[in-house]
Amino acid sequence: MFTFLLKRLVQATIVMLVISLVAFAVKDNLGDPLRELTGQSVSEAERQKMRTEMGLNDPFVVQYKRFLINAVQGDFGTSYTFNRPALEVILDRLVATLELVFAATLIIIGLSIPLGVYCAINPKHGFSKLVMAISSIGISIPVFLTAILLMYVFSIELGWLPAYGRGETANWLGWESGFFTLDGLAHLILPAFALASIMLPLFIRLVRSEMIEQLSSEYVKFAYAKGLPQRRVWYLHALKNTLLPVLTVGGVQIGTMVAYTILTEKVFQWPGTGFLFLDSIQRTDTPVITAYVIVVGLIFVITNTIVDLLYGLINPTVNLTAKG
Amino acid sequence: MTQDKNMSLLEVQHLQIEYPSRHGVMVAVKDLSFSITAGEIVGIVGESGAGKSTIGNAIIDLLSPPGVIAQGEVYLNGNKISGLSREQMRQVRGSKIGFIFQDPMTSLNSLFTIEQQMVETVLANMDVSREQAYQRSLDMLAAVGIPEPELRIKQYPHQFSGGMRQRVVIAIALICEPELIIADEPTTALDVSIQDQILELIKKLCKERQVGCMLVTHDMGVVASVTDKVAVMYRGQLVEMGSTAQVLGAPNHEYTKSLISAVPRSDLKLVRFPLVNYIETAEEIHQLDIANHWLGQSQDQKQYQGPLLKVENVNLRFTTKDSIFPSRREYVQASNNVSFEIHEGETFGLVGESGSGKSTIARAIAGLYTPQSGNITFEGVELTELKSEQARRPLRRQMQMVFQNPYTSMNPRMKVADIIAEPIRFHRLAEKHQVDQIVSDLLDHVGLGRKAGLKYPHEFSGGQRQRISIARALATRPRLLICDEPTSALDVSVQAQILNLLKDLQDELNLTMLFISHDLPVIRQMCDRIGVMKHGHLVEVGNSEQIFTAPQHEYSKNLISLMPSFAAFSKQNLQIAK
Repeated sequence: MFTFLLKRLVQATIVMLVISLVAFAVKDNLGDPLRELTGQSVSEAERQKMRTEMGLNDPFVVQYKRFLINAVQGDFGTSYTFNRPALEVILDRLVATLELVFAATLIIIGLSIPLGVYCAINPKHGFSKLVMAISSIGISIPVFLTAILLMYVFSIELGWLPAYGRGETANWLGWESGFFTLDGLAHLILPAFALASIMLPLFIRLVRSEMIEQLSSEYVKFAYAKGLPQRRVWYLHALKNTLLPVLTVGGVQIGTMVAYTILTEKVFQWPGTGFLFLDSIQRTDTPVITAYVIVVGLIFVITNTIVDLLYGLINPTVNLTAKG
Repeated sequence: MTQDKNMSLLEVQHLQIEYPSRHGVMVAVKDLSFSITAGEIVGIVGESGAGKSTIGNAIIDLLSPPGVIAQGEVYLNGNKISGLSREQMRQVRGSKIGFIFQDPMTSLNSLFTIEQQMVETVLANMDVSREQAYQRSLDMLAAVGIPEPELRIKQYPHQFSGGMRQRVVIAIALICEPELIIADEPTTALDVSIQDQILELIKKLCKERQVGCMLVTHDMGVVASVTDKVAVMYRGQLVEMGSTAQVLGAPNHEYTKSLISAVPRSDLKLVRFPLVNYIETAEEIHQLDIANHWLGQSQDQKQYQGPLLKVENVNLRFTTKDSIFPSRREYVQASNNVSFEIHEGETFGLVGESGSGKSTIARAIAGLYTPQSGNITFEGVELTELKSEQARRPLRRQMQMVFQNPYTSMNPRMKVADIIAEPIRFHRLAEKHQVDQIVSDLLDHVGLGRKAGLKYPHEFSGGQRQRISIARALATRPRLLICDEPTSALDVSVQAQILNLLKDLQDELNLTMLFISHDLPVIRQMCDRIGVMKHGHLVEVGNSEQIFTAPQHEYSKNLISLMPSFAAFSKQNLQIAK
């Protein structure tokens, strides 16, 4: 177990180093930071002097090293637009993004497992065929289109749900969230469904095909032969085995969803990191862009590690100690 | 439910099982009637496709779709159990009929502990409390011979060996005191010594508890050693049924006779298996003038005096537990100081139970694994010192392998002709325009007919595929043929045909063979000399007849004594080896 964690830690560090290199290269190539800081009245000599003072004339490696040392301490520089540390700006908005991802994950889990299992158990039923048809259409519709469609139907035509913004938030145990107010929840529904719509079809199909495979396996037949009721065979024996691969794929996809929030948040004007990221690109706010890339990378690495650990806990045949 | 006190424990009457499909109805079992009384073990034998497993599945209504019982009735203790509702059938399963499946590795759910899987069975079928169910499970585990049941019951299936798992499966099948057990190939996936223990256990439990048992198997040795009565199935029909001694000793039906003659005999060596063409008729072997044919004109003439292959002190280990600290790494020694020689033209057999390292040695010789130490010499050329693939190539051509599983050892996207032609083209053994002719001749020669070349592997049965594998191996005109369990995935009659074919080819082409098998009778029929392996050690090497008649090492003695035999058969029409 210890060696496993140590290995994962080394791997994570390497991944984070690569990400930081990409982020740093972006920072270095996204235009001239001086142009953002100074007006037109500053002379060329003055600019050169500032450049040297800020270390922009140092060699790449020296600059990268300085960047790394600062980044490890959480210092990505000061946002040009907000005039606050870039990391602080990101973390402020991160709660809203995670709230959205969490809600979308709940929707995906809550819908894909029952639907996938139903389709596997009744493959010839009309409803299963309908679910499968809709899911193949769902895979091919891009998220911003789904978002606009949802908005048009539910807020403009029907007027049931608000079309944009995060709504009212409330504080509970120091956690400022829209989960605790009715208004906040109402604002959450459309963006969460839009975000979930990308992964939902994939998960329904995954659950269905895994479940079909499990149902034809030998242990299921043996479970029937033992005289177990059908429900127990389906919902305990086969389902638990079905969920193992779903968990592995799911963990990776949750990380991907954080990235997909960029589009969803933009369409719904959701004040999260994705929205912030697009704005920062328009304003060439490089410290925020670098901080965003690194924070999202870190979330990815952490979720993957947690999923691997969970897999080892759920599946007794995987021995993390022996994996070393 | 109707009740009739005069009926036996299980009564099957005019059972017909059909598989409807788009291309018409496939009748899996035709008009089958038989009965089993309490405490009696009835063997159902037949080859794959004979419908024997289907019967067991039909009795407990677990036919895989679209299979249906088209006609006939099944009675258990006089109560009709065919055509019951799902819930009524569920009450029969487990509590009245216990089931044992073939593969203990897959019939238990790997995510649940043995306790969970046993207790749920008791609770589903009996009106007892959780504690009573637990106690019952413990008692049952002890009864099937699992040591320390309190400790083992908390474990997961993967922590048990194959034989132990099959004991757990038997415990689950018997835990609710069923009146009948259906055992579907219960020992096929197990080693000989474990097979013997499991069969003894089933036999003992059936007699003690007066439980009827339907034992489905393809293994005549198993039938001979445990059953009271035997039913022989052929293509869905019952061809013969009677007491075991009568059916095996004096069979009436032609099929039964041919089936029995195809079983490799453990008591004496035959030149060829007789009467084995009942099931899969191979095309008549096309007569080739081997001496003048490409196949017989190998460019590799014997130039070396001494053994063709020499294996000296070969050590090979695999890492089972890796660690960054060398002291904490764990290994399994698959081959421990193994040494033997194979002479030109002979068949050397390696025999041992699964995990004894037989296949590892074969793969080391073929250059698929590199040994940690030791020498492997082929015609005086030291194989372990060949570094480049280029240098190995001529030797690879002279050694070919036939693998165990004919279903996975061929590329399903290639035509058979291309599969066989590939080694010829790769090693540039013949002119381009000759290749097609050579491939056709090879196909003819292994008894498939030249038209087979245009088809894909999935269009062939297991035995036919193994013929393709042999043709592919012969395509490089090898001198050493390594056969790794070439027939263990096949039916006996097909096995007999394949073994006859190998013997014919060996005589014609003066092939040298390394023949690996866990099946002692097969080894006895095929090999001139044998080596017995145990846990990576070669414990005994000697002439085949000598080891079978007077084994020296304790392990060989034990192995040979456990061999299921059926010496009571008629010995007419058999060619006895001199």
